[in-house]
Order: sequence, then structure tokens, then C-alpha cells
Amino acid sequence: MAQAKNYNLDQKFDFTDSVKKVIFILGGIGALLLVLGILAAALGGGHGEEGGHAFHWTQRLFANLWINNVYFTGIAIIGVFFFAIQYAAQAGWSTALLRIMLSFGYWLPIAAVLMLVTFFIANHDLFHWTHSYVFDKADAGYDRIIDGKGNFFYWPMEKGTFPIFYIVRMVLFFGFWVFFFNKLKSLSYEEDLQGGTSYWYTLRKWSAIFLVFFAVSSSISAWDWVMSIDTHWFSTLFGWYVFASWFVAGLSAITLVTVFLKDQGYLEMVNQNHIHDLGKFVFAFSIFWTYIWFSQFLLIYYANIPEESVYFIERLSSDVYGPYIFVNIVLNFVLPFLVLMTRDAKRHNIFLKLVCTLIILGHWVDFFLMVQPGTLGHNGGVGLMELGMLLVYGSAFAFVALSNLSKHNLIAKNHPMLEESYHHHI
Amino acid sequence: MERDKHFILGIFDDEDILLNAVKEIRDTGIRIHEVFSPYPVHGLDEELGYKRSRLPIAAFLFGVLGTTLALTMQFYMMKIDWTIIIGGKDFAAFPDFIPVTFELTVLLAAFGMVGVFMISSNLKPWAQPRIFDLRSTDDKHVMAIDIATNASVDLEKIKDALKSSGATEVNSKSFD
Repeated sequence: MAQAKNYNLDQKFDFTDSVKKVIFILGGIGALLLVLGILAAALGGGHGEEGGHAFHWTQRLFANLWINNVYFTGIAIIGVFFFAIQYAAQAGWSTALLRIMLSFGYWLPIAAVLMLVTFFIANHDLFHWTHSYVFDKADAGYDRIIDGKGNFFYWPMEKGTFPIFYIVRMVLFFGFWVFFFNKLKSLSYEEDLQGGTSYWYTLRKWSAIFLVFFAVSSSISAWDWVMSIDTHWFSTLFGWYVFASWFVAGLSAITLVTVFLKDQGYLEMVNQNHIHDLGKFVFAFSIFWTYIWFSQFLLIYYANIPEESVYFIERLSSDVYGPYIFVNIVLNFVLPFLVLMTRDAKRHNIFLKLVCTLIILGHWVDFFLMVQPGTLGHNGGVGLMELGMLLVYGSAFAFVALSNLSKHNLIAKNHPMLEESYHHHI
Repeated sequence: MERDKHFILGIFDDEDILLNAVKEIRDTGIRIHEVFSPYPVHGLDEELGYKRSRLPIAAFLFGVLGTTLALTMQFYMMKIDWTIIIGGKDFAAFPDFIPVTFELTVLLAAFGMVGVFMISSNLKPWAQPRIFDLRSTDDKHVMAIDIATNASVDLEKIKDALKSSGATEVNSKSFD
């Protein structure tokens, strides 16, 4: 009978020059678009005075940096999260795909640096609460609501000085995420060398601890990095909303890489049954995202409390952002729901490639809609700068993930459930 | 001889032997009526050459029916039959309709699927199940071959094929 060990389990992904070339070309196009966008914005000048604040093109650049920082951090951490889920759930089917999930985590240290640097450069342009005058009762810009929330950013320091609590949270989250990623990664690689079942148990233990930490940290990071842009506004399921968006984008990225490797002739062990399961995940969590998005929208729409509904008025009633709400729903719900509904679509690479690419684009639009209205107002929009920045980040992410994927075996060859994964049949 | 009345049964102990037997027997041109097993055997459907169930199509159509019904019902009630201002919204406020639409879609898809499955599998409450061999609910796999549909094949040849492919017993069973 056929067995997993009949396959070449020591196979490594060869990060060839032709693949690198494609990534560099995409990144180059992105950089070109970005520069063109910056030039157009800088030469075109601001859009004039608005409420006493002159708009400067750097604001749009920073907003774009922030969108992609948050988005790609999410995809990276979802790789580690999904890896940990496989161990916590004692899943066997996914064994041949573990290394793909793990490779996303290599982006985390880079993301941490980018995020911190962007915050220190651009905090005043991104977050209204970083201005010290909103906490100064004597100032005309004093804001009672933000003052009430100030300790969440500044404790134990004086409000309006240095947001130590916020920074500590950011550093701690990234620190622990990178720590857990390193732990899981080195255990998984060591298993390749030593074998035995003890690594699996250790990995399960660390995965479980990571998942508990991730449950709390993903939610708080969503408040910190995204929700605090609209400082007055709040939503109790925002953490779930950002997590759902990250998760679908991450699953789509995992599926895309898997399908890409299959097309290149790697991962012989992975067959249509595994692809089908990945497709189901993308399908199911697209609906989950829609459910969360709509739950948030319906409650705010129905209750119609001004301090809550302002969030959707800024978006739906805006000429700039209004259309993208519908792009968001079509790309992230209608399209995956209708296209991936049938069994055949989930088992054929061409559908998955199409849908997953569009979903990754769609969830970028989702983050665009979370960040830009609060930071840029009517000066935002999807232009050259947005497309360029997305391409630059996307190709950098792909380069980091794929080059690290090529350094170790594609399949965790001594994983105790490898045989189960091989015989996976649905 | 009448169809669907008289059968030859091959009893198998092991699922791997059963899977191979199904393949071998189908290759000799004998048509298998049905295989009964105490638990789902992976790959058995493919080996028996069964087409995929068309139940999902029924589920989809019932789901679409549910969506249409829910939207029509709510639109009729809220906009035409009994207009009430609720929270200052339009009479026909589409977002309000979504939860009910979702629930009715799921309800009709699920009930429709169960109903279609029961009808197509003859699972009515007064149906008399035909038990080929009681042990197929315990620890044996039972392969039933209809004698009438294989009238062109010699009876002994069928029995020999079953034995040579690994059946531990070969019995015959007739229903009234």
C-alpha cells in the first residue's frame, strides 16, 4: 500500500531566480507607482485648508504605511496562529502544509520594526490622541472624551506626554509573538533531525500557551492599532472583526502558496483533498468575516446612536469611501460565497488562485476602510500611492516568506501524523 | 427470475479486502447491488462507481427559495400590508431584513435537504427495512449481488468470484 515515506520527504523549495525575478518586478512596479504617487501628490500640493489643518501628502504616505503594517503583520501572525491551531486541535490532515504556515512568521520581526518606526515618525498624523492639547483643559482643542480614555495610552505617565502604555503593549505583543514563533519554529525543525513523538507534545503545549496569549493580544492590538484612530468611536467586537479579516487574508495566502508550490511540482503528498480543505477554510471564514462585519453594522445602524453611527456615516456617506464599502462586500463575501460554494471549485487550483488573490485584495480594502477615513478624511482614496505601497509590501512579504521557506524541508518529515495527512480523504 | 428479490451475499471481515474485492468483482463484469458496512469505508463509493450525490443542488434550491420567501414576506408585511415607523427607518429597510432572511434560508435549506434525503432514500416511517445480514451492523461487511441483474453470469461463477476475492462466507438471501 502507498505510504507517505515513499515520497521524497527531504525535498526543499528551490527559490529560483525566475521566481525572485517575478517578485522583484512586482516590487519594482510597486515602487515606481509609489514614487509616481508621491510625486503627483507632492507637486499637486495639498487640497487646501480644511478646519485649520493643512493637508500634506506625507499624511497619505503614513496612512498607507500604517494600513500595510497592520495588514501584513496580521497575515504573518495568522501563519503562526494557524500552525498552532493544528497542534492544539491535534489535526493530522494539515501536516504536509505546516511549513508554509510557519514561513509567514518570518515577517514578524520586520513588521515589528516597521510598525514602531512608523508610529514614532507618524503618530500625530495617524492618531488624534497623540496630540497633547486634547488633554489640556485650557486649550481650545480640549477633548473631554479622549481625556477620559487617555490613561489607556499614557498610564502611568501624565496624559499627553509619552504614550508609554501603548508602546509597551506594542513591544510586548511583538516580542511574545516573535518568541512563540521562534519556539515553535525551532521545535519543528529539530523534530526533522531527531524524530520521535516528544516534539509533537512539546509543540502542542507551546501552541496552547501561544493561543491563549494570541486571543488577548490580537484583540487589544486591534483596538490599539486600528480602533484608536477613530478615538471617540468604539465597538465591542472590533477585535473579532480585525481578527476575522486577518484570518481570511492569512488563509488565502496559505492557500495561494500551497497552490503555487503544487504548480511548481513540489508537495507531491498534497492532493486535491488537502486543497479542498483549505478552500473550505477560506469559504467558511469569508462567511465568518461577513457575519462579524454585518453584526457590527446592523447593531450600529439599528440603534442609530450618534456617537456610534458616525463611523459608518464617515464611510457610507462619503464620495471617496462609499463605493469601497460595496467593493469590500463583493470581494470578501459575494465572490467567495458564490464561486467557492461548489465542491469542484474548491478542488481546482484555478478557482482558488482567482478567489484567494481577490480576497487578499479585498481585505486590504477592508483595512483601507478602517484606517483612511479617520486619518485622511476626504483627502484619501485608492490611487497610485495605495497600489504601489500594497505591491511593495506584498512582494517584500512574499520574498521573506519564500526565501525562508526554501531553507528547510518543505514537509515536517518526522511529524507523527504524516501518514494520516497522506491518507487524508474527503 | 424477478429483480431485487434474490441475492448472493459475500461476507467480508476486513475493509481493505472488501475494497479490493469490489474492484475485482466489478472488473469481471458482475454488477454489485449494494455493500453494507458497519462504518463508513473510505474509497468504497468510488470503487462502487457511485456518482456524487445531487443533494447539494436540492439544498441550494431550497436555500434560494428560503431567501426569496423571506424577502418577499418581509417586504409585503413591512411595506405594503402594515406600515409602521420603526426607529425612523424606511418601511422597507433592507439591512433589517437580513437576519430573518438568513434564518429562513438556513431553515429551508436544512429541512429541504432532510426531506429530499428521506424521500430519495425511502426513509418513510412505515417503510420496512430489508436486512440482508444482521452482522453488517456489527463487525462484517456484506456485499449483495442481485441474481436477476447478473442473469447472464453463471451463479457458480459469482460465488467463486466472491470466494476468490476474499469473502469469508458466501450466502444467499431471498426476500418476498
